[in-house]
Amino acid sequence: MSPKYEMVIGLEVHAQLSTNTKLFCGCSTKFGADVNTNVCPVCLGMPGALPVLNRDAVTMAVQAGVALNCDIQHESVFARKNYFYPDLPKGYQISQFELPVCLGGSLDIEVDGAVKRIGITRIHMEEDAGKLLHQGAMGIADSTYSLVDLNRACTPLIEIVSEPDLRSAAEARAYVETLRQILRTIGVNDGNLEEGSLRVDINISLRHVGATQFGTRCEVKNVNSFRSIDRAIASEFIRQQEVLESGGRIVQQTRNYHDDTQTTTPLRDKEDAHDYRYFPEPDLLPLLLTDERIQSIRAAMPELPHAICRRYQQGLGLTRADADILIEEIGMRRFFEACLACAQDISPKEISKWVIGDLNALLKPKGGFGPSLSLSPEYFVKLIRLISSGALSGKMAKEMLPQLIETDQDPDVLMANLGGGQISDESTLLEIVRKVISENLDVVEKVKSGKTASANFLMGQVMKQSQGKAKPDLVMSLILAEINT
Amino acid sequence: MKDLFISAIELGKRLKNRSLTCRQIVDATYQRIDAVDHQVKAFISLMTESAYIQADAVDRLLDAGQELGPLAGVPIAIKDNICTKGYRTTCSSKMLENFVAPYDATVMTKLHQNHLISIGKTNLDEFAMGSSTENSAFFTTRNPWDLERVPGGSSGGSSAAVVCGEAFLSLGSDTGGSIRQPAAFCGIVGIKPSYGRISRYGLVAFASSLDQIGPFTRTVEDAAHILNVICGPDPMDSTSAELPPVDFSTALGKDIKGLRIGVPKEMMGDKIADDVRQAIEQALDVYRSLGAIVEFVDFDMFDYAVSTYYIIAPAEASANLARFDGVRYGYRSESATNLREMYTRSRGEGFGPEVQRRILLGTYVLSSGYYDAYYLRAQKVRTLIKNGFADFFSRYDVMMTPTSPSVAFKVGDHSSDPMAMYLADIATIPANMAGLPGMSIPCGFSRDGLPVGLQILGKAYDELTVLKAGDAYQRVTNFHLKQPSMNQVAS
Repeated sequence: MSPKYEMVIGLEVHAQLSTNTKLFCGCSTKFGADVNTNVCPVCLGMPGALPVLNRDAVTMAVQAGVALNCDIQHESVFARKNYFYPDLPKGYQISQFELPVCLGGSLDIEVDGAVKRIGITRIHMEEDAGKLLHQGAMGIADSTYSLVDLNRACTPLIEIVSEPDLRSAAEARAYVETLRQILRTIGVNDGNLEEGSLRVDINISLRHVGATQFGTRCEVKNVNSFRSIDRAIASEFIRQQEVLESGGRIVQQTRNYHDDTQTTTPLRDKEDAHDYRYFPEPDLLPLLLTDERIQSIRAAMPELPHAICRRYQQGLGLTRADADILIEEIGMRRFFEACLACAQDISPKEISKWVIGDLNALLKPKGGFGPSLSLSPEYFVKLIRLISSGALSGKMAKEMLPQLIETDQDPDVLMANLGGGQISDESTLLEIVRKVISENLDVVEKVKSGKTASANFLMGQVMKQSQGKAKPDLVMSLILAEINT
Repeated sequence: MKDLFISAIELGKRLKNRSLTCRQIVDATYQRIDAVDHQVKAFISLMTESAYIQADAVDRLLDAGQELGPLAGVPIAIKDNICTKGYRTTCSSKMLENFVAPYDATVMTKLHQNHLISIGKTNLDEFAMGSSTENSAFFTTRNPWDLERVPGGSSGGSSAAVVCGEAFLSLGSDTGGSIRQPAAFCGIVGIKPSYGRISRYGLVAFASSLDQIGPFTRTVEDAAHILNVICGPDPMDSTSAELPPVDFSTALGKDIKGLRIGVPKEMMGDKIADDVRQAIEQALDVYRSLGAIVEFVDFDMFDYAVSTYYIIAPAEASANLARFDGVRYGYRSESATNLREMYTRSRGEGFGPEVQRRILLGTYVLSSGYYDAYYLRAQKVRTLIKNGFADFFSRYDVMMTPTSPSVAFKVGDHSSDPMAMYLADIATIPANMAGLPGMSIPCGFSRDGLPVGLQILGKAYDELTVLKAGDAYQRVTNFHLKQPSMNQVAS
């Protein structure tokens, strides 16, 4: 049976911009500070304090707009969105309303190998609210009292609003994943759904398959993981379908998603919707962006994920899987790129193999490729170079790697400390080979009689006598040559 | 002490030549406050401790022969809606009765850097909403010329203090005339500079696009010097104007021959009290005698300005005052049992009736469905008013009007009729709507012996011409030297 209803989804994504300071004051945006320590008169909403726009936040909002193919507006306007809540210190949120910084963009998503272009309606900038800590209950209503933490108040957000172009949970998820990857890659957002630095509101409506008009939509909030995007959409689809099937009408409302029960419950109806009484913020001048400023942001745009992916595959010969890993792991990619820059003589594939493989495995328990990593790309590249030149065996390199990470010492020095590198000098090896053969004439006979596997025993003896430093392929060819003469 | 009634510049000279110490003048100022403020009621709180510390510092510097600015050591009073670190800033509201700001307004920092002595915080209409100080939650300030009358408002405490010798200078704020009207009622100089000239950082906002800090002084000369201290761009205020520094004292002592003065006929008609109009006409004669060209012109922006002002100002105020919610500071109702009650009761009990009236007005005009008809339309009219002034100033150097249609009225006269009170601002509001500099200077007295103020408006950022015109007038007249009788008794 073909499905009767089609879902229509539009997403509003709030992304916290990765600035060092807040949107309208100089307070730190660092997550996890003691409550009410990253605050000042401005973000506390003290009488007489005034907002001053953070230039970096504007740059990042424009970068997001450029990445999403938006029209960057030469003039945009901040407005006051008026409502009362204890986490909102001024009694209004400074946001952009009628004239946002970016209009009309698009994002290409890929589902099951098919590419679909999703329209972006707008991107606007706004400040975040603080946090309420309810005592004795989950919500303010039942709590004995609630405390206000304003560390998060006034941190910069962009809200990215999509067109209602998405038709399935898979598309919605792909949209958020792709968007997240872009924002992370260009460095404007850390992509953390659980910590709330990326928040997704889902607008969803149903219509009969083939219908051209949209149905009445509901907005689902409190979706804070990729898994809950799927689940919230599925549960809301079923709910709306049941209402329609039983002859009911969908009431336009905002609903809250609960991950524990995988259901949504009503938060407020349209008629209870706030009248936010927006008006232009008189404390801030209109945000004017000159052509020069927009051009300079465009010119300095970090590379976008799809361009990186293409370059890695076509230019560097990496697999799609490796390219995807490097794009997802931003710190790893930075290290990889730094290695490339000092390794024109080594194949990028070889470098990526070592970075994604052994290095990544060793770093994982130590905080990955984060700022605590002291390993310099030059030394790491040197290690790989020692392998390709034959000075080190792959096995020896692997054994040396933890020490290299730990000490960030020149691999030459490390190698010397370990008693030198691989022995690939033919005359030195030949001496050992002849000695081993003379001590194992019975084995030599076996090889001569066709048991070629027995040559491995001789090889093992050579490795033993050379303390594992003999170059294995060279040893083998020497053994065979000696026996067969 | 006779020295209490001299100009700030003259006091600065006496401090510099050490014929007076700063401690002596601060002592004398507080003694004067002790003696008369129970009648005048200009001050809400005093900053005695920091005043003496600052005074002693100035004395030490002057004794050591240090070169200080012309106003170093001069006592100044501060309107109680300007934040002073460590001292209460009440806005004359129950809402902020015990509020102590954790930071100094930018103007306070500038005053201290220039060694002025802030002596205390003065009364105002609650949150600067009013024209008489009768809307103060604490008490009404009295006019030193007649204690039965109001000093004007909203900066009535600041104007009264300067007249009766409780301060040599004071700061006020002007959203629709709150500096110029009380200056006129009290017979002193009050100037609201162009919007953006002085940082608003630390001024508790009433209507952000209209508010401007400015000084009260006894002479135009003093006004020029205090403007030199407090003007200038501020990175903490995005709306402060990025302009090169101006030495306002260069406006002093200048010839005004050929100055083109335009006088709107509308402001010299029957809206204006007879003795006010007569004083203005005499002032215009003085200007003619100084070689200025005086012309009467049609300029019909005044009524529009009042109507649009009472949409835009309350709209902005309704949002600006939303932060007073009882959550983080200020008054919180004891009787609330849930969040909604905490908001409604804290605000219902903490704000006075005029403030509540304006919050309601502002909330209404911004509401969905009314926004276009009121707020948006008012903004369009505001643009027309700006254009009207631009046209006017293409032909004239300054505009002159009475500062107020009447002289100081009696306490209680207008307090039951908000519309009458609103119309008292008809001459002053347009300058705020257009962001222009405006000054009131004393230019005569009514039959009852009450001061009349002449308003001088200039084009945006042209304070120099306004000061030049005012200073030229004061050099040939002596209205600004007249003292209320309570000062004669004291001296």
